Amino acid sequence: MADSKLRIERPLSPHLQIYRPMLTMTMSIVHRVTGAALYFGTVILAFWLIAAASGKANFDVAQAVLGSFLGRIVLFGYTWALLHHMLGGIRHLIWDTGRGFGPEARETLAKMTLGGSIVLTILVWIVAYAVR
Amino acid sequence: MVQLTLPKNSRPVEGKVWPKPQGAKALTEFRIYRYDPDGESNPRIDTYWVDREDCGPMILDGIIWIKNKIDPTLTFRRSCREGICGSCAMNIDGTNTLACTKAMDDVKGTIRIYPLPHMPVVKDLVPDLTGFYAQHASIEPWLHTSSPSPEKEWKQSPEDRVKLDGLYECILCACCSTSCPSYWWNGDRYLGPAALLQAYRWLIDSRDEATGERLDNLEDPFRLYRCHTIMNCAKACPKGLNPAKAIAEIKKMMVARQF
Repeated sequence: MADSKLRIERPLSPHLQIYRPMLTMTMSIVHRVTGAALYFGTVILAFWLIAAASGKANFDVAQAVLGSFLGRIVLFGYTWALLHHMLGGIRHLIWDTGRGFGPEARETLAKMTLGGSIVLTILVWIVAYAVR
Repeated sequence: MVQLTLPKNSRPVEGKVWPKPQGAKALTEFRIYRYDPDGESNPRIDTYWVDREDCGPMILDGIIWIKNKIDPTLTFRRSCREGICGSCAMNIDGTNTLACTKAMDDVKGTIRIYPLPHMPVVKDLVPDLTGFYAQHASIEPWLHTSSPSPEKEWKQSPEDRVKLDGLYECILCACCSTSCPSYWWNGDRYLGPAALLQAYRWLIDSRDEATGERLDNLEDPFRLYRCHTIMNCAKACPKGLNPAKAIAEIKKMMVARQF
């Protein structure tokens, strides 16, 4: 026993690297990512409101930035993040009542959240362009 | 603290490719995580081929065949070979399950086997489950009563007994807890799906008289509330139980007792 180590540094078994991605797991990650993205979205909203409150010249700059092609892509992403996070929140509310945990229900809820967020985002933009 | 990558000493390297059995017609490739605690080197992934005509249908049959016929140093836990002891829980084809109840034919192509995820590895496919068992003990998984003991047994109506279905069947294989990303990142403070399923099993037992104390013990930002309904637990459970649902029921009890 003379040369035995006092304490073995055990390796940690692989986890995220090897676990098969599943829809519900991915949706949980997406919920977090969209939640974080909403911080930046709120900064954009604040930027736009401050610009609007501080005179026409500033507002025109904000409009030009957000109205540009790149600006619209960012806003489109913001819309999706907002709607996806909202539907994800509703999904969590359903779970809080103890419902939606069955093998089929949880998959359906995940698909509805994803599909719903995409459809709603496109709808919002169609409406926005239509009433412009 | 969340660490998405593996520490340096834990990153598996390419291991030995063992020779194919001679004269075999149907071969299945296994890639298995190996770790030798007596050496200094990192874990490695060894490749084996199993002669399917000489071997039973289950993954466990396959790794026992490898141990008997190719490499006797391959180490794993197993006992009952019928899904009731929970010993042979491991990560197979990317999902935690029991090697004895998972068929080789249910995996397409190469069969990749790792120990249960995000656990300290003792050797090869044997993880250290000390913390997992301690968490189970911490929820005091036995009947608590304060009223005087009855002359015979503590009685329970058939309706109350039914409430334990889907809970008592847990075999503590740890497939669920070690499939849970929340448990990966906070396994030192979050009890994990297995311990919480058992906590709920005692919370709704009509004979148990310590519901309040049990809930007090769980009322903690980490112990209970690190569950974010990721659902890996319910998907992994080889017994078809639903820890995520049990945890949701505990959360409901927490709210209900405030009124």
